[in-house]
Amino acid sequence: MDTALRWIVLIPLLGAAVNGLTLRVMPRRLAGLIACGAVGASFALSLKVFLGLLDMEPGHRVVEDILAGWLTVGPLHVDIGFVMDELSAVMALVVTGVGFLIHVYSLGYMSHDAGFNRFFTYLNLFIFSMMTLVLGENLLMLFVGWEGVGLCSYLLISFWFSEEANAAAGKKAFVVNRVGDFGFLLGLFVLGTTLLPELHHGEGLFSFRVLAEHAHLLAPVATLAGILLFIGATGKSAQIPLYVWLPDAMAGPTPVSALIHAATMVTAGVYMIARMSFLFVQSPTAMTVIAVTGAVTALFAATIALTQNDIKKVLAYSTVSQLGYMMLACGVGAFAAGIFHVMTHAFFKALLFLGSGSVIHAMSNEQDMRLMGGLRRKLPVTWWTFLIGTVALAGVFPFAGFFSKDEILWKAWSSGNQGLWALGFLGAGLTAFYMMRLVSLTFFGENRASEEVKHHIHESPVSMTLPLVVLAVLSLAGGWIGIPHFMGGHNQFEAWLEPVFHHETAHEGAGAHLAVADAHDAHGAEHAAPATTHAADAHGGHDDHAAEVRMEWTLASASLAWALLGLFLGWFVYSKRTAIAESARRFAGGGPHKVLLNKYYVDELYEGALIKPGYALSDKVLFRVVDAGVIDGLLVNGSAILVSIVSALVRLFQNGMLRFYAWTFAAGAAAFIIYLTLAG
Amino acid sequence: MAVGLTHYLVLAGALFLTGTAGVLLRRNTLIMFMSIEIMLSAVNIVFAAYSRALGDLSGHVFVLMNFAVAAAEAAIGLAILVEIYRLRRSVDVDGLKTLME
Repeated sequence: MDTALRWIVLIPLLGAAVNGLTLRVMPRRLAGLIACGAVGASFALSLKVFLGLLDMEPGHRVVEDILAGWLTVGPLHVDIGFVMDELSAVMALVVTGVGFLIHVYSLGYMSHDAGFNRFFTYLNLFIFSMMTLVLGENLLMLFVGWEGVGLCSYLLISFWFSEEANAAAGKKAFVVNRVGDFGFLLGLFVLGTTLLPELHHGEGLFSFRVLAEHAHLLAPVATLAGILLFIGATGKSAQIPLYVWLPDAMAGPTPVSALIHAATMVTAGVYMIARMSFLFVQSPTAMTVIAVTGAVTALFAATIALTQNDIKKVLAYSTVSQLGYMMLACGVGAFAAGIFHVMTHAFFKALLFLGSGSVIHAMSNEQDMRLMGGLRRKLPVTWWTFLIGTVALAGVFPFAGFFSKDEILWKAWSSGNQGLWALGFLGAGLTAFYMMRLVSLTFFGENRASEEVKHHIHESPVSMTLPLVVLAVLSLAGGWIGIPHFMGGHNQFEAWLEPVFHHETAHEGAGAHLAVADAHDAHGAEHAAPATTHAADAHGGHDDHAAEVRMEWTLASASLAWALLGLFLGWFVYSKRTAIAESARRFAGGGPHKVLLNKYYVDELYEGALIKPGYALSDKVLFRVVDAGVIDGLLVNGSAILVSIVSALVRLFQNGMLRFYAWTFAAGAAAFIIYLTLAG
Repeated sequence: MAVGLTHYLVLAGALFLTGTAGVLLRRNTLIMFMSIEIMLSAVNIVFAAYSRALGDLSGHVFVLMNFAVAAAEAAIGLAILVEIYRLRRSVDVDGLKTLME
């Protein structure tokens, strides 16, 4: 019990409330100060609780803060409460830490915007929702946060709502996410109905602790519930087939793209899967679906990023691609690696987005890279930090991205999924290539902007460059807490998260088939656990272990070389021999290039296959037949017609003829008497 | 021949039918009104007859009550009739259907 937890969540809400209620009157400086202060305080408290966790016994690092009971209906009981363990501590620190930096950055970026106070209100509200999601004690709290971040995402994508396209992008994000949320809710229902009859009175049904304790009872529904929850994750974390909203979400202000659509919110799906890992590991089918979806998304989005011309669109597809890697990690059971990539990705992708924001700011809101170039000398801080972010994303040793991505690829390989590894490996090279293409077009060569724009190019203010520098340092050094064993490190990150994912390491050791029967078999777990850490040892022999280390070295070197090759080609083709790019485009102009430029026509496909039929169904059937015909015609007008027919009949009796009434009355009385006489 | 309950009942029945016929067949509101009074009287006779036959005084009480009601009704009814006549110069019941609309 630690009441600090609730304040981590509530302080940003207070900030949002204060700024939101005084929207028109609060001076800008004060509003910015309140918003940044709220997130800063939240970060400081997270750090304090995290340090408290560090002092605790490994395996028992849990801090709980239950505020109140929420729902108690019959056997169903749900609390309002927060909990921080190893996993949510990582997420909380990343969200509040990166969130704080982006708040500071926004002070500069949004300084000329009329909606300054509104912007910070939404940002604080977002941090509140995200922290509810991350720290929530049960699945329902997570879902509240899940919907909350969706709302904030919608509000911030369509922040400049006076332009039709922005409002449409917000709407698209919201609707697509609703599709995923539908799956998520169904998953909740499946879990709830399965577990409810088994619980003692007063046990929180959706509490993660309770769910994990009763994980073996969930085995029969693991595949169904797992896939339903994963559908929710494909919406929030932008995986095939629901990724389409994320590139459009770039309509929002750039700090929003950095915070919500790169660093934090979109990783919610990965977090949820890691949090529910005890469920997913019981279903090899669900795990396979996750891994394949992740790997395919990683490559698919990377190919689209090759041809985009909008600087933010490239980064957006890159985000979709990187989220695919995280999903791949979860799918092969390497949850720690997935979360590791969540963290490093938050650093360098936030850095890249903020850097692109700095570029856009300097270029008078131009986002088309074909009109940029040569910004290297004019924006020195942005250039250097952006370069660091790029090599970190490309996965160059010793930057953060190298360790996390390599860990994922290695886990994919060592779990026996060489096919998935190949997809990921291919995507990694493309990542390096398209990022260097972006850098070349933006920072190298001659500036292709108009004279007017050129005149205004200037480095951004300190409030913007400072977060860039901090994030650049994190992008460089952030991976060092997870240096793998084969390089002589200890992978503290994995060790830190180990207790959270303990159950699945047991399963992996038990074999690829993830023997479900062992889920609650302590003996099986004990025997299997050591087998994972040094899988080779268990199979007896130094040689195997040495062979494995050699393999790890080989793969790591290969992916480093592959990334360097991608970077070199990106630089060479787009800044040295631009003729190559030109002729390649002409060569592939009609076919592949056009397909990629149009993002595989997925939007058009959805438009044709889902949206148009949806409209047609709504118009032709739901509106004309059901609404106008059945509801309006049959039910509403029908009942009115029925009443008027009956009343027309009844009206015949009210003709105002007194003697008619008298006759009717007398006849009725006579009939009554006759009836009584006969009956009696 | 002693006058018994049956005689009273026959008289009352005859009076009641007379009143009913008056209400149903005549168009003059005043006559109809008087016919209703006749019907009331028929009921009073039945009350009084049974009261005596059964030796129960409550029948008499009802008769007295009916007198009071009939008197009040006559006062109001006649007043309305007079007003109707003043308004329309006629008390023909078939003309009185303005409340229907």
